[in-house]
Amino acid sequence: MNWNVIAENAPLYLAGTKLTLLLAFTSLAASFLLALPLAFLRNSAHPGIRYSVSTYTLLFRGTPLLVQLFLIYFGLAQFGLIRETFIWPWLSSPLVCVLLTFILNTTAYSTEIFAGALRSIPVGELEAARAYGLSRFKQATRILVPAMLTRSLPLYGNEMIMMLHATSLASTVTLMETTGVARRITLDNYIQFEPYVTAAGIYLTITFVIVSAFQIVQRRFAGYLEPRST
Amino acid sequence: MVTDFSVSILAAGSTTLLLAICSIVLATVIGLAGAFAKLSENKILKRTASVYTFVIRGIPDLVWMLLLFYSLPSFLNQTADALGWDIHFEFPPIGAAIATLGLIFGAYMTETFRTALLNIPRGQIEAALAYGLPRTRIFLRIILPQLTRLALPGFTNNWLVLAKATALASLIGLHDVMFRAKGAAEATSMPFTFFLVAAGFYLSLTLCSMVGLSMVAKRTSAGERELAR
Repeated sequence: MNWNVIAENAPLYLAGTKLTLLLAFTSLAASFLLALPLAFLRNSAHPGIRYSVSTYTLLFRGTPLLVQLFLIYFGLAQFGLIRETFIWPWLSSPLVCVLLTFILNTTAYSTEIFAGALRSIPVGELEAARAYGLSRFKQATRILVPAMLTRSLPLYGNEMIMMLHATSLASTVTLMETTGVARRITLDNYIQFEPYVTAAGIYLTITFVIVSAFQIVQRRFAGYLEPRST
Repeated sequence: MVTDFSVSILAAGSTTLLLAICSIVLATVIGLAGAFAKLSENKILKRTASVYTFVIRGIPDLVWMLLLFYSLPSFLNQTADALGWDIHFEFPPIGAAIATLGLIFGAYMTETFRTALLNIPRGQIEAALAYGLPRTRIFLRIILPQLTRLALPGFTNNWLVLAKATALASLIGLHDVMFRAKGAAEATSMPFTFFLVAAGFYLSLTLCSMVGLSMVAKRTSAGERELAR
C-alpha cells in the first residue's frame, strides 16, 4: 500500500475538493434562480410557453450529461461563426463549458421538481389568497413560492446530491476537481487503488454533510407536511 | 461520410442496450434482496443493507466505475502478490460496467422495492400465513403481483437514469454509442454532428422506454382503475 503518496498529495486533493464544491454550488445557485420562474412558465396557461419549457426539460433530462458536456465543450468548435465571435475565449475554457452544461442540466431537473410541487399545492391556499385580495405578485411571493419550496425539499435534496456527484464528469474535460486529481495521481505514480479510494472517501463525506444538513432543514421547514402519528 | 459514421455509432447501440439490460437485471435482483434485508428482523442483515445503500449513494457513478475497473483488480493483484499466488486479475470493460451499474442501481432499487413492500397491506400476508401457504408461494402469489404495480413508477425512473448512465462506460473503454461518437468526432472535424447523433440515440431510448413502461403500468394497474371508478 502506498498511502504516503496520498499524504504527499494532500494539497492537490484539497484544491480538488474546493473546485468540486465550487462547481456544485455555483451550478446549484444559478439553476435555482433560473428554475423558479421556469417552474411557473412550465405550468403556464399558454400552451406555447408550456410546451417550449417542457421541450427544454425533456431534451436535457432525456440525454446523458456526458453527451451534453461533450456537445458544448468539443462540439461548439465545429462552427466557425462561433469561433469568430467575442464569446469564443470564454467558450473555449473548460471551466465555462462545464458550468454552462451543469447549469443547463440541473435547471431542467429543478424546473420539473418545482413545477411538480407547484401543481400539488392545494387549490384552497390559492383561493384564500385571492379572497384576501392579494396581488398576483404577492400571491406568488407569499403563498406559492414558499409552499412550492417546502414541498420540493426531499426531491431537491436528491438533486443537490446528484449535482455534487455529476461534478466528477468535469474531470473528462481536463478540470482538476476531486476525480481529476485522483486520475492524475494514478497516472503519475502508477498506483490504481489508493487515489480513487481517497476520492470516494471525500465524496462520501461531503454527501453525508449535505444529507444531514438537509434533514435538519426539512424537519424545521417541512415538518408540518409529514404524516402525523396518531 | 456523415452517414457511415452515424451508422457505426448507432450500431454500437446494441452494446449500450446489452449493458443497460444486464445491469437492470442485476440491479433488480440486488434491489429485491436489499429490500427484504432492510425489512427483515435480523439486525445484521438490516445494518448491512443500510450501509450498502448509504455508501453506494454517497459516491459518484464515475468514481464507482473507476474503482471497480482500476482499483479493485489492482487491490486483488497486490493481495495475490503478497500471498505469493501467481494470478493476474483484469476485468473486461463490459463486466466492470455491468457490475458497477448493477451495484449502484441495486441501491436505488432497494429503496424503491422497500417502499413498495411497505405499501402492501400487512393483513394480506397474515391471511396467507393463516391459510398455511409456504413462503415461496406467498411471495409469488401475494407479494410479487402487487410489488410489480407498486414499484413500477420507481423502477421506470431508475431505468431512465440507468440508460443514460451507461454512457460513462465509454470512459473505461467500452465500445458503446458514446465511445464511437467520440471516435467519429476525433476522426472528422464535426464533433457537434456526431455527439448530436449520440444524443438522439439516448433521447429515443428514453422516449421509447417511457412509452413502453407506461403501457406496462396501464396493464398492471388495470384492476386498480376498476375499483377507483
